[in-house]
Amino acid sequence: MTSLSPKDKATVKAFWNQVQGYTDDIGRDALSRLIAVYPQTKTYFAHWKDVSPNSANVAKHGVTIMAAVSDAVTKIDDLKAGLLQLSELHAFTLRVDPANFKLLAHCINVVLAIKFPENFTAEVHMAFDKFLAALALALSEKYR
Amino acid sequence: MVEWSESERSIISGIFSTLDYNDVGPKALCRCLIVYPWTLRYFGTFGNLYNAEAIKSNPNVAAHGVKVLHGLDRAVKNMDNIKATYAELSVLHSEKLHVDPDNFKLLADCLTITVAAKLGSAFTPQVQATWTKFLAVVVSALGRQYH
Repeated sequence: MTSLSPKDKATVKAFWNQVQGYTDDIGRDALSRLIAVYPQTKTYFAHWKDVSPNSANVAKHGVTIMAAVSDAVTKIDDLKAGLLQLSELHAFTLRVDPANFKLLAHCINVVLAIKFPENFTAEVHMAFDKFLAALALALSEKYR
Repeated sequence: MVEWSESERSIISGIFSTLDYNDVGPKALCRCLIVYPWTLRYFGTFGNLYNAEAIKSNPNVAAHGVKVLHGLDRAVKNMDNIKATYAELSVLHSEKLHVDPDNFKLLADCLTITVAAKLGSAFTPQVQATWTKFLAVVVSALGRQYH
């Protein structure tokens, strides 16, 4: 897909400023929804005893993921370089099928719509969706 | 055939009974056209769609959004037979409108986000799962008659 325009980046950064303090909640909610709505994603967490949407492990991991997304916003000008280590992790160790990045992106968007119904306008949604797609691309950079 | 539990049926009919089709329909369609601009290809006769503002104030888009919601209403009222209920609509979208079925999923995602914004925390992960299942069945039925 296309790269982020200056306007896209500005939109994402401005929106993220409003979202800052809520990232832990957003992460917990988003991962919980991923597991509830797309149960096949549980296959990546078979090493946890409790993989239910409300489990402590899911909540903790949601926070971790969202912190990384937040960090990626600061690296929005060069996601490929900024996410190099995470890309290697996902490519060689985690091996998450990239189709799942889209599913998680959708769940994140749903949470943002719930939490910020006025601010998550179609224009913001578009720019943020582009950002998440670029993030996913950078994450799968080292896959093959 | 698709199995629906009592809980799933009541979740779906419950959500639809709270929706204002005249509000949610246009919002969802606008969002789809703005977030996934390539979907504009199907609306060449709708007039000014040159930017987000134009799309949001376009009366043809609004009317069509309402139409889509009423179409979904038919699935809600025939949950045990969505495939048959949509057979004609599927032929229409394939033979006459020539809509790439991948686009159904894009509109479904935008509708999910619009409904999530409306319902807020009532749109729990479990409700979202049921809602997503319903839209997946709708999308599948709409693509069924393509050949």
